[in-house]
Amino acid sequence: MKPAPLSYIRPDTAEEAVAGLAEHGADARILAGGQSLMAMLNLRLVEPKALIDISQIDELRSIRIDGNMIEVGAAVTQAEFLAWPQLKEHAPFIAKALPWVGHFQTRNRGTVCGSIAHADPSSELPLSLALLEGEVVLRSKSGTRHLKASEFQTGMLQTARRDDEMITAVRFPADVGTKGAAFREVARRHGDFAIVSVGAVAADQGAVRVAVGGVADRPACIGIEASLTVSDMTDRIERLAWELGGYDDIHASARYRRDLVRRLVPIIIGEVRACAK
Amino acid sequence: MREVTKDEVVRISLELNGKTVSGNATSRMLLTDFLRNELGLTGTHVGCEHGVCGCCTVRIDGVAARSCLMLAVQADGRRIDTVEGLAASKDALNALQRAFRKHHALQCGFCTAGILMSFSDFLSRKQNPEEDEVREVLGGHICRCTGYDGLVKAIMEAAAEMRGETPSNAGAA
Amino acid sequence: MGAGRYADDVATPRGTLHAAVVRSPHAHALIKDIDTSKALALPGVHHVLTGEDIRAISDPFLIVLKKPIDQWALAVERVRYVGEAVAIVIAEDRYIAEDGADLVDVAYDPLPVVIDPREAVSADAPVLHPDAGSNELSAREFTYGDPDKAFAAAHKTVSLEVEYPRSSYTPMECFVVVANYLRGDDSYDVLANFQGPFSIHPVMARSLRVPGTRLRLRIPADSGGSFGIKLSVFPYIVLMALASRVVGRPVKWVEDRLEHLQAANSGPNRVTKIEAAVEKDGRVTALRFDNMEDYGAYLRAPMPGPLYRMHGATTGAYDIRNLAMTNRVVVTNKMPASLVRGFGGPQLYLALERLMQRVAIELELDPLEVIRRNLISPGSFPYRTCAGALYDSGDYQQAIDKAVGEGRLDDLLARRDKARKEGRMYGIGFATVVEPGMSNMGYLSTINPADVRERQGPKNGAISMVNVNVDAIGTVSVTADLTVQGQGHATAISQIVADQLGLKPDDISINLELDTQKDAWSIAAGTYSCRFSPGTAVAAHIAAKNIREKVARIAAKQLNTVADDIDFGGGRVFSKTNPDNGAAFARVAGTAHWSPVLMPETDDPGLSETGIWSPPELEPPSSKDEINTSLTYGFVFDMCGVEIDPATMQVRVDRYVSMHDAGTLINPLLAEGQIRGAFVQGLASALYEEIVYDEAGALQSGTFAEYLVPTACEVPPVELMHIETPSPFTPLGAKGLAEGNCMSTPVCIANAVADALSLKDVPLPATPERLNALVCGEEAAPPAGISAEKPVSATAGDAAITGDGSVTVKASPAEIWKALLDPESLKHIIPGCHSVSAVTPEHYRAQVSLGVGPIRGRFIADVKLSDLNPERAATLSGDLAGPLGKAQGSGHVTLTPEDGATRIDYTYGVDIGGKVASVGGRMIKRAAQIVIGQFFERLSEVASGKHGADASANGSKSESRSWIARLFGGNR
Ligand code: FES
Ligand code: FES
Repeated sequence: MKPAPLSYIRPDTAEEAVAGLAEHGADARILAGGQSLMAMLNLRLVEPKALIDISQIDELRSIRIDGNMIEVGAAVTQAEFLAWPQLKEHAPFIAKALPWVGHFQTRNRGTVCGSIAHADPSSELPLSLALLEGEVVLRSKSGTRHLKASEFQTGMLQTARRDDEMITAVRFPADVGTKGAAFREVARRHGDFAIVSVGAVAADQGAVRVAVGGVADRPACIGIEASLTVSDMTDRIERLAWELGGYDDIHASARYRRDLVRRLVPIIIGEVRACAK
Repeated sequence: MREVTKDEVVRISLELNGKTVSGNATSRMLLTDFLRNELGLTGTHVGCEHGVCGCCTVRIDGVAARSCLMLAVQADGRRIDTVEGLAASKDALNALQRAFRKHHALQCGFCTAGILMSFSDFLSRKQNPEEDEVREVLGGHICRCTGYDGLVKAIMEAAAEMRGETPSNAGAA
Repeated sequence: MGAGRYADDVATPRGTLHAAVVRSPHAHALIKDIDTSKALALPGVHHVLTGEDIRAISDPFLIVLKKPIDQWALAVERVRYVGEAVAIVIAEDRYIAEDGADLVDVAYDPLPVVIDPREAVSADAPVLHPDAGSNELSAREFTYGDPDKAFAAAHKTVSLEVEYPRSSYTPMECFVVVANYLRGDDSYDVLANFQGPFSIHPVMARSLRVPGTRLRLRIPADSGGSFGIKLSVFPYIVLMALASRVVGRPVKWVEDRLEHLQAANSGPNRVTKIEAAVEKDGRVTALRFDNMEDYGAYLRAPMPGPLYRMHGATTGAYDIRNLAMTNRVVVTNKMPASLVRGFGGPQLYLALERLMQRVAIELELDPLEVIRRNLISPGSFPYRTCAGALYDSGDYQQAIDKAVGEGRLDDLLARRDKARKEGRMYGIGFATVVEPGMSNMGYLSTINPADVRERQGPKNGAISMVNVNVDAIGTVSVTADLTVQGQGHATAISQIVADQLGLKPDDISINLELDTQKDAWSIAAGTYSCRFSPGTAVAAHIAAKNIREKVARIAAKQLNTVADDIDFGGGRVFSKTNPDNGAAFARVAGTAHWSPVLMPETDDPGLSETGIWSPPELEPPSSKDEINTSLTYGFVFDMCGVEIDPATMQVRVDRYVSMHDAGTLINPLLAEGQIRGAFVQGLASALYEEIVYDEAGALQSGTFAEYLVPTACEVPPVELMHIETPSPFTPLGAKGLAEGNCMSTPVCIANAVADALSLKDVPLPATPERLNALVCGEEAAPPAGISAEKPVSATAGDAAITGDGSVTVKASPAEIWKALLDPESLKHIIPGCHSVSAVTPEHYRAQVSLGVGPIRGRFIADVKLSDLNPERAATLSGDLAGPLGKAQGSGHVTLTPEDGATRIDYTYGVDIGGKVASVGGRMIKRAAQIVIGQFFERLSEVASGKHGADASANGSKSESRSWIARLFGGNR
C-alpha cells in the first residue's frame, strides 16, 4: 500500500497553486490536509501525476468574518475551525456538527475545504454547507467564482469544480441557527462515516430547515413550516425518505437508511423547536 | 515554490525530537517509511496505512496526526516529534508512561507509541479532561489487546499527575 | 516504552530486496496466462515468480485430512478466493515492487462461485477441488451414551439452527517475513513473526524440500499481537524462502492491511443444527449437533482444528451423558480459515447457550434456572464428560451464586422491568462456558476413525520446554518455547523463576526470541490455546526448581548442612536453622562454573536446566472416540443487560458482569488485561466485526473502514470477578484464561438481544441494519407518485448490483441500433473510452478509464453483443479488468418507438470484485449506477446526433430531475 509515482509541488502562494493547476489540469490533485486523499493514494484508488500541496500557503490560513459570511481559507484545519473563538456564537450548527468529523487526530490535519471538496455524501461539512446555504470560492487563472453549495456538489464525490480550479475558501452565512440548531448522526462506530446524518436549524417564522446526509448521493434539504400539522409533517418526511431513496452498502441497506430518515428527522426538528422556545 | 519530480531523490531536513536531522526521500515516500527506514526511528508503527488505526501517530508542529497520511517531503522544514523523543525526555510526559505501566495499559505495545503521541498533544491542550473526552481521543486508535480499560485509567491518572495532583485520587484501579 | 524490537524493526541483511504480492480479484477462476513482461521491464524490478515457477521447486503443503487438495504458496492453475496470491514481484524497494505488481497481467477464466457452505454441499455446486470430488471433505459421526433413547423418552425436543459468522482478531502488526537462502549449505534462514504451533515447521520444511534443520526460523523479541492469526504467516515464509533462493538475495515482505483483511485468515464460519432432549423441569438429557464448518478455499494445517478442539467439552458446563454429533468440513470460495483466538469455542457456545435459553423459553422456565439445573455438581470433579474430557476442577454453582449475588442480578432485573414499563427494548442474557487450556496435540486425530488411528500410531500430549541458565556471576537467564505476543509472559516467567531462587523478578533476564536451531522446542511450541499458564509456566517452574535444588546441594556442602536445610531469599542462600550461615546466591552459583572440584559428588558442574513438561492426563483418543481435548478447564459465567435504541436499533450494553474461575491466578493484573482484551473481541464478534463477501465472492471488508474493530468509544464497562478452584493437574494450579470471553461474550449478548426483541434467531453480528429488518417487518409502500426499487429482473440473474431504467432518445430505433453496433460510436458511448477495436462484429475490446470523482482506474473492457433482435432488443455482456479490480455484467436493452423518438428500457446486473470492492464498499453500488447511467446518457446523445438536449435518463430509483432540483438545488 504505497502511492504510485507522482510529482510533488509546494507553491508558496495561491497564484502559484492555480498556475500549477493550469499546467497539469486533471492530472493534478490539490493536497491540503490529505486525510481522505492520502488514504486513497496509498490504496492506489487515485493516481494523479502531480500533487499540489497548499497546506503551507499563508494566505489560505485565515478564518474571518466578511459582512454576514464566515470565510474559511483552504488551509484551515477542522481543529482550527473548531477552536475558533467565535464559532459557537456565529455558527452554532457547525459547532455541533464539527466534532463528529473523523477523530481528534484527523481533524488536526484535515481541512474544512478539503472535506467539502471531497464531496462525500455522508460527510458532516458538506451537509453543513448545504444546510446553511453557504458557498464555495473557486479560483483559476481566469478568475474567481462563487458557487452555492447546491451548485457545487453535483453527486457522490462529484463537484462542479473545473480541473483548473481550486477551492480557496468556503463561506458560511453567519448567525444562522442562533435560534436553534441540532445535529445527529448514526454510524456503526464513533468517528466513522455516517450511515445517515441529520442537521437542522431554526429558520424564519418558526420554520425549520433540515438537511439529510448519507441517504442520497449528496446532502438534501427540506423546509418544515411552523404551520404544518404533525400528520402533514410525517407525510413530508415519508416522501423525503422515498425520494432520497437511499442505497445499500456493507453497513446498511437503503431501507434502513429510509427508516433512519423517518425516525431521526422528527427528533431533530423537535430538538430545534425546543431550543427555539 | 518547491517541486520534486517523480524520479527525484531529495534531501529532507526537519527538526526531529528537538534535533535537526536530514535524510533522502522520493516524492511519494510516506513519512512513516522515511522515519522508520531512512532515519531508523522504528518506534512509530504502521498498522493500516489508511488513516484508521492510529499506530503511526506523531506530532507535526506540535499537533498529533497520522504519519501514514503524510509524505516525507511535506515534513521538510517542519518540527516532528516521535515516541523516541518522549522516552528521552524527563519532564511531565513520563507521567503518561509511568501510568501506562502501572495500569497494564499495554500488552503487545504495538499501538502504544501512537497513543502516547496523541495524548502528549491532547493533555497539553486540555489539562482536566473528562473520561468521555479521553475516550473520544482514544477512539482515534485501535488497540487489539487491552480492551482499552487500562488505557483510560492510565491516561486519567497521568492527567491528574500532570496537573500536580497525587496519582492516587484519579483513575486508580 | 514505545521502542520495541518487532519484526519490521529488525535491520535487514545487506542487499535485501522487497516483495509485493499480486492477488486474485476473482473468487474462483482458472488462470489462463500470466504476462510478467511489463513488470520485468520496470527498472528496479528483479524478478516475478508465479505458481508454475514455485511448483517446480517446492512441494504442496501437507494437510491433516488425507484428501487430494494440493496447495502451494502461490495459486497453481486456478484461484479459489479473492486475495489468493498469484505471483510475487521482487524489487529494490516496496514502492517499486507494488508498481511492478500493478503491471503483472493475469488472464482469468471465471468459474462459478460458492460462498454459503449449505449450498457448497449441494449436488450442483461448483467443486473447488475437483480431485476431492466434493466440497464436503469430511463428515464424521460420533455417538456417546444413548442419545436416541434419550430423545425418544424426552418430554420435549427443543431445536435451533445458528450460524457463527466469519471474523478475525486482526493483530495491529501485520505479517513480516525476511528470508535468506544460504547457497553454501542449501538452507534457509528466516526471520518471521510466526507464532506457532511449531508442528507447522515440518510442513514448511517439507514444502521447501529440506530437512527441518535446514529451515532456521527465528522469531523476534517483540510481536504486535497474534490472537492465533500469526500461525498463518507460514505460507509466506515458504514463499519468501523460495523467492530468496531464486533471486539469490534476501527477500523481505511486510503484509499490508489490505492484504491482511482479504487473505491472512479468519475464524471458520459454522452452521450448527442443535437439538436438546429435555425433561419438564428443564433437565437436558441428550444433545444432538450437526456442525457444518466452512474452512474457505483450502484446508491449511492444523485445520480443521476448531471443529475438534472443543470435542471433549461439547456438553459445556452441563452434566449431559448422551450426545450425538456430526462434524462436516466444507470448503467454499473464501479466504482459508485458521487459528483465531477462541478456536472453535465461540462456534460451539453460540449453539449450546442459545439453545439453553430456548429450552427455558419453550418450557416457560427461568433461563438461569435451566442453566443451574444442568450444571455439573461441585462434588464430581475431576469429571469425565461423555465425550472424554477430564474436567480438572470447578465449582460452577458457587461461581454463578457469587456473580448474581450482592444484588447484581436483581439490579439487572429491575433495569429490565423499568425499561419495559416505559416501553423500551431491554433484555438480559446469560452464558456459561467451560474454557479449555493447553490443547492435547492428539485431539485432531479424532477426525480419523479408530482403525485409521491405530494404524497411524497414537498422538497425544503437549510438551512445554523452558531453559533456565545461571552464569558464573550468578545472573539468571531464561529461554522458553513460546513466542511473545504481548501476554506479559516475560513478567510471569520472571516471577515464577525469581520466587524459586529467592531473587527479584528484575534479576531474571528473559529472552523470548525463538530460534529453531538453538532453542529447545517441540511440536507444541508457540503461543496459542492458552498453553502458557498450564504449560510453559509449569516447565519454567520445573526448570527453576531443578536449579534451586542443585544450588541447594552445592550450598549445603559449602555451608556444612544438608540440602533440605537450605532456603533462598533476598539474593542469599542460607541455612533455615541458622540464617546467618549463608552466602550470596551469585557466589554459590559461581561455584558450579569456577570450582567443579567443590561440586557435590552427585552433581555435574555448570548450572543450566531445561524443564520439560507434558501432562499425563493428555491421552490419545480412545477406541470409542473419547478424547481429553485439553489439560485444564476453566469456567466463565457472563450475564448482561442490553438496551436497543428504538430510533437506530443499535445495541447498547448496559451492564456486563463476567465471572471467571481460572484456577490459581499467577498474576492478577496480567489476567485482567487478558480477560478485558478477550471481552472486547467477543463484543466485536457480537456487534461489529464481520468478514463480508457478496454472493459473487467479492470481499467487501478490505479496510478498517469496513472491518469495524471497536474503539474505546464502543466498549462498555465490564465488572470482572474471580473464584479460584486450583487445577490438580498443574503444579501451579493455574488454568488458561485468555480465550473465555471470546467464547462467552458473543452468545451472552445474543441471548440478551433475543430477550429484548423476543427473537428466536439472532443474526451475528447483531448490526442495527439486521435488527431493524427483523423487528420492523416489511416496509410500507411508498406514497403515490414515487416508485420503490424494482425487484431484481430476470436478466440480472443473481448479480450483486442490479438495476433498471429507461431513457427516451430523440432518434429512431435504427439510429440507435447503428450506434450500438459501430465501434466508432461505441467509443463515444462507453464512458471514459480511449479506444475500441472489434474482435468480431459482435465482440469489442475497449480501453477505458472509469471512476467516480477522483477515483479513476484504467481497465480493459471486453464487450459482447448477443440475442440480437435488430432495432428491437439486444443483450450486452462483458467484463472489465484492471489494477483497481474487475467487473462482470450483462444488460438487456429493448427499443420501443415512441412518436418520433425511441424509448430504451434497460436492465442490468453487475458483479464487482477485486480491490475496489474490498475498499470501496460504501460507494461501489452507487458508483456502478453512475457509470451505467452515463452509458445511457451518452448513448442517447450519440444516437440523437450528439448533445441530445431532450434526452433524459431516468434510473428506476425515481431520480427525476424534479426532485434533484427541489432537494438539492431549490431553496425550500
Ligand atoms: S498506520 Fe497510520 S493510521 Fe494506521
Ligand atoms: S497493546 Fe497490542 S494493540 Fe494495543
